[in-house]
Amino acid sequence: MAFDVTDILPALPEIFLSAVALILVLVAAFGGEGHVNARRVTRLTLGGIAVAMIMLVQSGVDNVSAFGGMFVADSFALYMKLLVLGGTFAALMLSLRPVGSDDVNKPEYSLLVLLAVVGMMLMISADDLLSLYMGIELQSLPLYVVAAMRTNSLRSSEAGLKYFLLGALSSGILLYGASLVYGVCGTTDFAGIAAAVSDGTLPVVFVVGMVFMVSGLAFKISAAPFHMWTPDVYEGSPTTVTALFAIAPKVAAMALMMRLTYGAFGAIADQWSQVLMALSIASMMVGALGAIMQTDIKRMMAYSSIAHMGYALAGLAAGTEAGAMGVIIYMTGYVFMGAGTFAIILLMRRDGQPATKITDLSGLSSTHPMLAIGLLVMMFSMAGIPPLAGFFGKWYVFLAAVEAGLIPLAVIGVVMSVVGAFYYLRIIQLMYFEDADAPLDADVPISNKLVLGVSMTVVLLLFAGLGSLLGSAETASIALMVAR
Amino acid sequence: MGIDGISLPFVLLSTFLTPLAVLASWKAIKVRVREYMIAFLVLETMMVGMFVSLDMLMFYLFFEAVLIPMFIIIGVWGGARRVYAAFKFFLYTLLGSVLMLVCMLAMYIDAGTTDIPALTAHAFSASMQIWLFLGFLASFAVKVPMWPVHTWLPDAHVEAPTAGSMILAGVLLKMGGYGFIRFSLPMFPEASEFFAPLIFALSIIAVIYTSLVALAQSDMKKLIAYSSVAHMGFVTIGIFTMTEQGVAGAMFQMISHGLVSAALFFCVGVVYDRLHTREISAYGGVAAVMPRFAVFFMFMMLASVGLPGTSGFVGEMLVLVGAWKASTWVAAFTATGLVLGATYMLWLYRRVMFGVVVHDNVQAMRRMEGREFFVFLPITVLVLWFGVYPASLLDLMAGSIQFVLETMGQTDVALVAQN
Repeated sequence: MAFDVTDILPALPEIFLSAVALILVLVAAFGGEGHVNARRVTRLTLGGIAVAMIMLVQSGVDNVSAFGGMFVADSFALYMKLLVLGGTFAALMLSLRPVGSDDVNKPEYSLLVLLAVVGMMLMISADDLLSLYMGIELQSLPLYVVAAMRTNSLRSSEAGLKYFLLGALSSGILLYGASLVYGVCGTTDFAGIAAAVSDGTLPVVFVVGMVFMVSGLAFKISAAPFHMWTPDVYEGSPTTVTALFAIAPKVAAMALMMRLTYGAFGAIADQWSQVLMALSIASMMVGALGAIMQTDIKRMMAYSSIAHMGYALAGLAAGTEAGAMGVIIYMTGYVFMGAGTFAIILLMRRDGQPATKITDLSGLSSTHPMLAIGLLVMMFSMAGIPPLAGFFGKWYVFLAAVEAGLIPLAVIGVVMSVVGAFYYLRIIQLMYFEDADAPLDADVPISNKLVLGVSMTVVLLLFAGLGSLLGSAETASIALMVAR
Repeated sequence: MGIDGISLPFVLLSTFLTPLAVLASWKAIKVRVREYMIAFLVLETMMVGMFVSLDMLMFYLFFEAVLIPMFIIIGVWGGARRVYAAFKFFLYTLLGSVLMLVCMLAMYIDAGTTDIPALTAHAFSASMQIWLFLGFLASFAVKVPMWPVHTWLPDAHVEAPTAGSMILAGVLLKMGGYGFIRFSLPMFPEASEFFAPLIFALSIIAVIYTSLVALAQSDMKKLIAYSSVAHMGFVTIGIFTMTEQGVAGAMFQMISHGLVSAALFFCVGVVYDRLHTREISAYGGVAAVMPRFAVFFMFMMLASVGLPGTSGFVGEMLVLVGAWKASTWVAAFTATGLVLGATYMLWLYRRVMFGVVVHDNVQAMRRMEGREFFVFLPITVLVLWFGVYPASLLDLMAGSIQFVLETMGQTDVALVAQN
């Protein structure tokens, strides 16, 4: 496995971002304490991410394998990386303003996020069990730290610790599964595993290993029954961090799940399909039923994201190209809905203090009409009401599920989406049908407006650009299938 | 997008009623008037879009999107229990719709297209038709609404503002009937025949049971809401007789009911604006105070009962003829509903309008104003016109209805040939 200079090109955005991260370590260390430096680092990070996105689009690298088959750059990776970078960009935009007691505006914050992003990009491009694990760990470790960023808050420390312990456990499970798979196949390369899988019978040990690996990844996307950490971490972390958690890592982990199942285990789709189906049904139910009782909007969003992962998994469970396409479209909608919703949740402050009770939204339509309309659009979209983005995601994943003959899954899914509609409607009810007790703070920074505006435009007008979105999603899913 | 004899009357109905509904609420709505008007225009767009969709996915988009403005109209400008009513309306309808969505997915996979004309020509296997029919039934039955999934309707009607009730009864309920004629009959002909007795049974229960329930109501709006369920029962009976008269009668009844029930809800709105109560017992002797209003109310009430010379009569007559062809018993039970309908409407009228004025505030009620007059006038003219000269509407629909029924026959033949 000799080093080859041409290997650098496909991984250029990752290498660039790593370099930016290293430079930012210096800026963070010597730029002084406090908000000024923190904002400087965040701006530089945003710039770095923007450049990386341009590099990705302009790279023209297609279906290239690098570093001895460890790393693959194809149109699937391109699409998913753009989603991750876009989602992170939005989350960092939202944390631009110093957020008082949240205390996340230490200079290290953006820096750690940037490192996690490199990890996510590695996950998406992973084509080997080793690079898979490396990507996951590079993504997870910085995120454990940022979850506990608010050092003077017990809840935040609890969130960080909980996330770390359960995350470490799931990494262990994943690693154990990977070792079993390696033991049976004799290789860590996805293509090699796929080849070993497709000839002949597999020992039970292999299936155990595969289920362990899927379970480990299910933890990362917070699919039930591996979701326990999600509500606590979402609630305890500073809200800016929650916004990040809700968007980018989910996309990366879902992409990795797709790579693993479609790529390495592609030939035994019928086996993992059942596991994913169980995960999907459990997530949809836990997400829909669990959110009903929540009073804190961050906890509610945690359950909502569990449910969304369940819907996305329904497409993945189909195990077909249409399924992959459905998941890609679903995740696209999910990123924009998440960004738009958190742009508003981050503004839920009263007298400078965060107000995260759902009832704090009462009467928002009379105090902040534009924000109320924004959240209305996001909630209807999450509930899957056409013609918004969330509906098309559901349409394509369930289309794939029905096509693959998983009709019970689709029926449970749509029924759960009705249950889920209840709590999204509750927010609309509070905003529009109730009067405000005490209005939320009036100032809306331009960065939040920007994120909300872009998300709203995409969510509202997705149907107009559906043709080109379908085209990109299809190219991406074909790339994923070719890897098989 | 396209239009035929089945969708055209509904498009006209939607565009006709929306301005009247806006006019009807001109003074009643005092808060957030801007948003109110936006909601109504969005609602109208969605309704028209749904009726002219020639693509199943587009149809679903509009069918569902209607919920958004209606949810907000009920929730923001509704009565005391508006939140409960809005949620019930939304979740009931959504549950039905998503089951239809799964069926649409299955149809798309089977036929490879979402184009409605192409799907109409496509022959689904008999066993698949059964499931697809049930899925669509779940959605349309809630929308129509049929017994026993009608319970959202009285709540939604009672809590909605007057204009919301007018559109809800006038157009939204018709989406279900339209769906039956557009999808269920031509696409699943075998299943339609198989399930026709079930539909008849449910519809007859609806007609008789809800008429009896209407008799027992003390709230005017609730009474009219239940009468809507009963009248829509006629519609479903007419559609599933699968005869030319029956389907034409159902169509006619839908248009007629759209006009008449909207006007009746407006009647309630007129007196509600003055006394702010819908209790029947709070009124009495209104005819003496508001004579011109009494004339219009009387006319609409008689049209609802099906007096010859009004549009209500033509629809009910045709449905009965169709039902008679299908089954004598169905016709007999349906006719019972007519009698009950006359009972509760006439009784309502007597209690509200006639008698001596016992309440002082009734005595003080303002006379009808010009705005209200101009809401009633166009509806009255149309109801009378369709009653006297029904051919103007029937000729419009005849070709399309024949086409639907022929398609059913053809698909049958095609299936027989396949087997």
